Amino acid sequence: MEPTIFAQGLRKYYGDVPALDGFDLTVPAGTVCALLGPNGAGKTTAVRIFSTLLRPDAGRAEVAGCDVTARAAEVRRRIGLVGQHAAIDEILSGRQNLELFGRLYHLGRRGARNRADELLERFGLADSGGNAVSTYSGGMRRRLDVASSLILAPSVLFLDEPTTGLDPRGRAEVWDMVRQLVNTGTTVLLTTQYLDEADQLAGQIAVLNSGRVIAEGTPDKLKARIGGDRIEIVVDEGQDLAVAGAALAAVAGGRLEIDTRCRRLSAPVADRRRALYDAVRALDVAGVRTEDVAIRRPTLDDVFLHLTGQSREESLA
Amino acid sequence: MSGPVGAARWALLDAVAITGRDISHWVRRPLPVVVTLLFPVMTVVLFGYLLGGAIDVPGAGNYFDYLLPGMFALTMAFGVEATMLAVITDAAKGVTDRFRSMPMASSAVVVGRCSADMLSSALGLLVLVGCGLAVGWRWHEGWAAAVAAVGLLLLLRLALLWLGIYLGLLSKDPGAVIAVQILVWPLGFLSSAFVSPQTMPGWLGAIADWNPLSATANAARELFGNPGWGGDSWMAEHSVLMAVVWPLVLIAVFAPLSVRRYQRLSR
Repeated sequence: MEPTIFAQGLRKYYGDVPALDGFDLTVPAGTVCALLGPNGAGKTTAVRIFSTLLRPDAGRAEVAGCDVTARAAEVRRRIGLVGQHAAIDEILSGRQNLELFGRLYHLGRRGARNRADELLERFGLADSGGNAVSTYSGGMRRRLDVASSLILAPSVLFLDEPTTGLDPRGRAEVWDMVRQLVNTGTTVLLTTQYLDEADQLAGQIAVLNSGRVIAEGTPDKLKARIGGDRIEIVVDEGQDLAVAGAALAAVAGGRLEIDTRCRRLSAPVADRRRALYDAVRALDVAGVRTEDVAIRRPTLDDVFLHLTGQSREESLA
Repeated sequence: MSGPVGAARWALLDAVAITGRDISHWVRRPLPVVVTLLFPVMTVVLFGYLLGGAIDVPGAGNYFDYLLPGMFALTMAFGVEATMLAVITDAAKGVTDRFRSMPMASSAVVVGRCSADMLSSALGLLVLVGCGLAVGWRWHEGWAAAVAAVGLLLLLRLALLWLGIYLGLLSKDPGAVIAVQILVWPLGFLSSAFVSPQTMPGWLGAIADWNPLSATANAARELFGNPGWGGDSWMAEHSVLMAVVWPLVLIAVFAPLSVRRYQRLSR
């Protein structure tokens, strides 16, 4: 598949400080890619370069087949940008915002009005369309903000920390919205500090640290990088740990980890479904009573700490 | 549509849309507009009735006749903070970035800002003229001269608009607007707006003579046929000329600076 977002060796300095330091990325059309990283990793800088707001100091960036510096005007016709702050006019109503942006997208007065109607309906804002944006909730603002970015039905949408500062409900709303967009074939690049968000939404994750992609792949692939699934058992009585350990060792290969204080045992497993079944049976046969038995997949938090912790040590060395 | 004609048409339509946005602001939130319109009226009443009795008008005459052209010019300077606040707010809310990421004419943001602010200043001038007529101020040199005076006043506003845009792009903090709000006052007092520079100590009077506000205020006095224009300094004698030169100089400095600053947003 042809890449819709492409970057090679992007560099951007603020004074002497590198914000992007050899940033590479390839996002195929119709997929969601999450840029994951801590504050200052360069996520926003990357999005600002892709959306023509910033010029890179070196390297190449293309969006929808157009170079972002040489053919900025063409890029702007093909993208939507949702920045960190809801970039909407607080004094105007939701409808007035959409009509204003529609006219600036050259839809004409009538075209802008019709498009505003459609988008208000689609984003559940039809009832509040006439109210001033200053009366909207955080989630409503975000929805209006995204609606404003979709006026031209862009083929690429950039979402810069779309759920930062939203309550759980607002967050769920934005997630639903992104999933719907992907169903319509839009390519989405989103930045986030929330690992579960990247896990929930993205088919591809690029972990960013100090202006560079330090790991990339599907969520599953990234998790596999620090080891696969583990089985975890918490026994009722501490004295059962040895017996339980023996039973577990028989069904799960690999090294057993024992935490006596928490009465917990864990071991890597190859086949998660089978391992759970076998372990429960083996423990039952051994007569061990358990408080908890679970297969735990590594979270993206594990991946993230693993990767950035490592690179932090490198940079300290 | 394509080519330069199409591009110019879109640039115009974009500017109209941006101007319309500001006008919608006035309709949806009228209070700040009313305050902006009435503040100069309050100042005229304050200075005219409370302090005016103690102020000598050069060549003897009604203080309101002297004050009104000065207040017209000062009201043009009050506009700086409105322009600046609008620019800062759009940048802080990310609206500027949204405009920049859209396929619209980049000139439209500035042209729209200009036309909206010029409209509001023209309205402010109209209200203040009405106020002046109510307190007894008149123009005596006919309509053509009066219209020329209004033209010079709006030219000063246009120049200060570019100053406002530049200051707005320069500062990221809305608090900077408060500094400008305060600094407008010494700028106003250190001009011929309220009292004649001839009554000031020589060195201070010279500074006041060179103040662009003085040039426009004195030129307006001359064209309206109000007392207090002219004087013994070169600046005071050529106020109409300077009321054209000063704004053009300000525009020549701050328009390119603003454009450069705007382009630098992408650095």
